Amino acid sequence: MIVTTTKGDMDDSLLNKKEGTIDNDNENTTWVEYYLNGELVHRSAHVSLKKPLVSISEVGGFNG
Amino acid sequence: MANTQAMCTSFKGEILAGIHALGTTVIRAGTGADTLKAALYLTSATVNAATTAYSATGEVSGSGYSAGGITITNATAPTTSGTTGYWTPSASFTYTSVTLTTAFDAVLVYNSTQSNKAISVHTFGSQTITAGTFTLTMPTSDATNALIRIA
Repeated sequence: MIVTTTKGDMDDSLLNKKEGTIDNDNENTTWVEYYLNGELVHRSAHVSLKKPLVSISEVGGFNG
Repeated sequence: MANTQAMCTSFKGEILAGIHALGTTVIRAGTGADTLKAALYLTSATVNAATTAYSATGEVSGSGYSAGGITITNATAPTTSGTTGYWTPSASFTYTSVTLTTAFDAVLVYNSTQSNKAISVHTFGSQTITAGTFTLTMPTSDATNALIRIA
């Protein structure tokens, strides 16, 4: 697979690959890094947010 | 029958659609949806509920990223379900072929059509991107999961 890197497009067979996941109450994130001779040449991340923003609406009464 | 005090559900959806103007409003150029944008902010920035409009202060910068961020795909109008009004962009936020070496952890959704007025701030774990793609996947657009809900 061809990977876009800081050195130009490279075949992933030439690179060391690291992957990771962050999964908590707020998000599920996956990331992938490619290294060339120990140098980071590519990093992508994909974030899925779990907590939508909610605004609670209220109406006032006349009995105060 | 009995009467029940409530915020009308239709109003919640119509707020999101800009139907009601309870204060001084603006002259709109047309009836189409506004252009919304999404800008990324550094971990050192301060964007929050007090943010009133887009600002380049604290925004990420780097190869492949344009100040102001990306235009949001908004093909699905706000709607309601149950007693909740909600809206979700109709496509993920994708920043393609970027290098953002200073850590960022927030995205500001704002209204480009209306003087860049702020809509919402969403935070996530600190990220950097190197010659890669950063994607924020949108949640399911329903009353439970939509990106923005008025319950």
